[in-house]
Amino acid sequence: MNADNQTLQSLIQAGYLIAGVLFILSLAGLSHQRSAKAGNVAGKIGMLIALAATIALSLLGSEHSAWITAGLIAAALLIGAVIGTWAARRVEMTQMPEMIAILHSFVGLAAVLVGFNSYLTEESSADSVHLIEVFLGVFIGAVTFTGSVIAYLKLSAKMKSAPLTLPGRNWLNLGALIASAVLLGWYLAAPSIWPLLIMTVIALLLGLHLVAAIGGGDMPVVVSMLNSYSGWAAAAAGFMLSNNLLIITGALVGSSGAILSYIMCKAMNRSFIAVILGGFGNEVATSTGDQDLGEYHETSAGALAELLEESQSIVIAPGYGMAVAKAQNQVAELTGRLRALGKEVRFAVHPVAGRLPGHMNVLLAEARVPYDIVLEMDEIQDELPATDVVLVIGANDTVNPAAEEDPGSPIAGMPVLQVWKAKQVVVFKRSMATGYAGVQNPLFYKPNTAMLFGDAKDQVEKVASAVGAAVPEFAQRS
Amino acid sequence: MRLAIPTESLPGETLVAATPKTTAQLVALGYDVIVESGAGAKATFADEAYLSAGAKIVGADEVWAGDVVLKVNEPSAAEIARLRPGATVIARMPLGEQPQLFAALNASRVTGLSLDAIPRISRAQSMDVLSTMSNIAGYRGVIEAAESYGGMFAGQVTAAGKTQPATVFVIGAGVAGLAAIGAAGSLGANVRAFDVRPEVAEQIQSMGATFVSASGGVQEVSSDGYAKELTQDQAAQTARVYAEESARSDILVTTALVRGQAPITITAEMVRNMKPGSVIVDLAASGGGNCELTEPGRKVVTENGVTIIGYTDLASRMPTHSSQLFGTNIVNLLKLLTPGKDGQLMLDLDDIVQRGIALTQDGETLWPPPPVQVSAAPKPNATVDAPAKHVPTPAELAEQAARRQQRRYALFGLAAVAVGAAITFSPPSFLGYFTVFVLAVFVGFYVISNVSASLHTPLMAQTNAISGIILVGALLQLGSTNIAVVVLAFVAATVASINIFGGFGVAGRMISMFRKDA
Repeated sequence: MNADNQTLQSLIQAGYLIAGVLFILSLAGLSHQRSAKAGNVAGKIGMLIALAATIALSLLGSEHSAWITAGLIAAALLIGAVIGTWAARRVEMTQMPEMIAILHSFVGLAAVLVGFNSYLTEESSADSVHLIEVFLGVFIGAVTFTGSVIAYLKLSAKMKSAPLTLPGRNWLNLGALIASAVLLGWYLAAPSIWPLLIMTVIALLLGLHLVAAIGGGDMPVVVSMLNSYSGWAAAAAGFMLSNNLLIITGALVGSSGAILSYIMCKAMNRSFIAVILGGFGNEVATSTGDQDLGEYHETSAGALAELLEESQSIVIAPGYGMAVAKAQNQVAELTGRLRALGKEVRFAVHPVAGRLPGHMNVLLAEARVPYDIVLEMDEIQDELPATDVVLVIGANDTVNPAAEEDPGSPIAGMPVLQVWKAKQVVVFKRSMATGYAGVQNPLFYKPNTAMLFGDAKDQVEKVASAVGAAVPEFAQRS
Repeated sequence: MRLAIPTESLPGETLVAATPKTTAQLVALGYDVIVESGAGAKATFADEAYLSAGAKIVGADEVWAGDVVLKVNEPSAAEIARLRPGATVIARMPLGEQPQLFAALNASRVTGLSLDAIPRISRAQSMDVLSTMSNIAGYRGVIEAAESYGGMFAGQVTAAGKTQPATVFVIGAGVAGLAAIGAAGSLGANVRAFDVRPEVAEQIQSMGATFVSASGGVQEVSSDGYAKELTQDQAAQTARVYAEESARSDILVTTALVRGQAPITITAEMVRNMKPGSVIVDLAASGGGNCELTEPGRKVVTENGVTIIGYTDLASRMPTHSSQLFGTNIVNLLKLLTPGKDGQLMLDLDDIVQRGIALTQDGETLWPPPPVQVSAAPKPNATVDAPAKHVPTPAELAEQAARRQQRRYALFGLAAVAVGAAITFSPPSFLGYFTVFVLAVFVGFYVISNVSASLHTPLMAQTNAISGIILVGALLQLGSTNIAVVVLAFVAATVASINIFGGFGVAGRMISMFRKDA
């Protein structure tokens, strides 16, 4: 290797270092909305530098004509850019969970392919550490791939979201792990493509089964868990390719997903293991099943508008139902009108509201609700008792008092928004059906709760226009 | 309909049920307002002022013939007898067993609406005269105390030396208590306050006072906004607090009323231990007084020089503003009672507020109203089940936690040993990468812990995008001569670049949507 080449190699490594730092900065930027944009830009620049460096490295090390390699790179990037940009532009905010899940599956797939390639190209020179790296990389990648595909299908309602419960499902998972471990032994003893291939099939099935066994309500955990896996897959690829940038990035993403999963689990008061093992919502209804909870009260959009006009402080607790009904714009409109009347309107977002961590925040931001009135559960919990009206829009389990009052409830101990402590609660709901956890909600039967049945979008719109009618400024507009 | 404002007959009463300002609002509701000549004189409102607000000035006989009579105090039997059958009288009328009052109202076939019965719900807050009166009493009580106290409330630093600020101790942070805290605080006193409801600590602190807490002497958060009676244990704890605090304070304000009844909180013994010259303001004097030595309606000085103010007419000592606020409460009630704004009073007995205040109608007693909400089926089996379940004792919980902690240490140690062994026997090149990996995991942990929860979705999109960096691996493999490798690498590079472009694009789109309130 001549001196020029050596300098170029060092330059490329410097580029990787800068890219790694920029990636860290890009995630650090997300600590606040103000700096988030800068973070996004930092990430893009980092990616650009990393790509430039890699392309240089790739052309340099190309075993056939550099032109062919360059052409292939250009083609792959172009296809990816077109599809990726198109998807990013087109996707609706309510579909964000699906989008993120499918993107995870791509990382998993890429990790599997890179792992196989790594085996194919370095067959002869492989030591056992490298073999383990390849094996692990392919394993994690395969689990991530099929797991994410199932998560995507469930989230986009192309597949039933109820958990699949095969008999002895935990034993199946354990069996898959043991089988993979045995195959690793075989692979180390006699490196060949077969144990790798068989293990890949097992890992694909494992990912499939793992996520299929998890119910819709636990999807926020699953998505963040898969996020974590995709990071570990990238890190494993970094080990097999001896590439620091991949290791750093993979570790960042892996720990990011792990923390998010942890936060979600804590918000639902469930252990991570219990979520992974799946099957939530089956062994329930022992204590709350057919209990007579009393009567519920119905209200109308007009009556609610009057109530809102008389109230001073209003809190809106949105849930996944708001996303399903695509009611966020109507909710934002109502918020704007109430604020124009001088009311204090705030949002209370439960950590697991929606199907993705922070899903509600994104939906409300899309509808142009200022983020400084969108508060976390801990920030607003203590103020709920002093609130005049709480509007629960499409949330159920996250406002269920049974979590605190009924130790026999399946969601017992889960921290919930204590909306029932407010003076009045109005619940927007399609029917009296139970939420994802399949648990009855005593909130609906509390004396200070009124139900407003129907499509959340229509009902919120009616309330908004009734509220506005009293204000001349709005009456003219509508 | 003719809305009549008579002169209050109770000796010493200075208030009037409508001021010129509220009269104008009543006229706007469509009523013909008639005011007895001189009704507002004691509250400094002249007849002319009512005239120019749109009322008519009439004599006593005519005013009592009105369709709706607005009063401050409970009408006497003689006054009720003067009312026209079918007329409505709105006034403060004490609740509970009132056979004479109800008999008199029914005998005259008069609809009686009691302002004391306004339910404590947010919708009715603007009509709640009890709150209004408590608020005024709290303020005035402090003013009376300042007048009787031989010192200054605010601390002074003068050329002649300095004086300490007065220490004011307020018991009960209801409407009256909070008003007293505010008044005493703005006079410059050092204010301390206590309440058996723990949830009001914040309100007390927000008024600039110090919350005095009694360990064990606190109740559960109340569901209806009123304090409940204390258990024996709690009572002993709070009594100790009262004794300590009263002995060190210059002004003691008590406000404890549990549903109209005043429990004794300050015993004669405690008063004896107070400093000479200190002042007790008993805002619960109307219910008999919180202090054992209070004489309702009077100001007395004890043997050891403690002044006890038991006035029950504090609101009447500030007739101008009291009448104005009281009158506004009545206007708000009449807005509810006059849905058509046409001067026609319609009593809707299906409405919780209106049903709640109705005492009599058409010769029939309506009081007491049915409970506000019939909540069917409380869980009867809940209490039966409870004892059967094993409740872990604190000791057991601690033991469990300790065991979990031990297990955690053990696992951690095991993991450290395993990692140590793996590193020891791995090639040196691996060691370098592994170091980078471990450090990056920790950097990731701290960076991500700081991410705002509201940005978790963009975070996932962005981490998605950067995990597309696996593209790097695929690109390096594209140069291989093995055709299978090139094909696989090309597919990997394509999906990874979808990830990069899609992830950054969608993260950017989401981030740009977050906006701050302009």
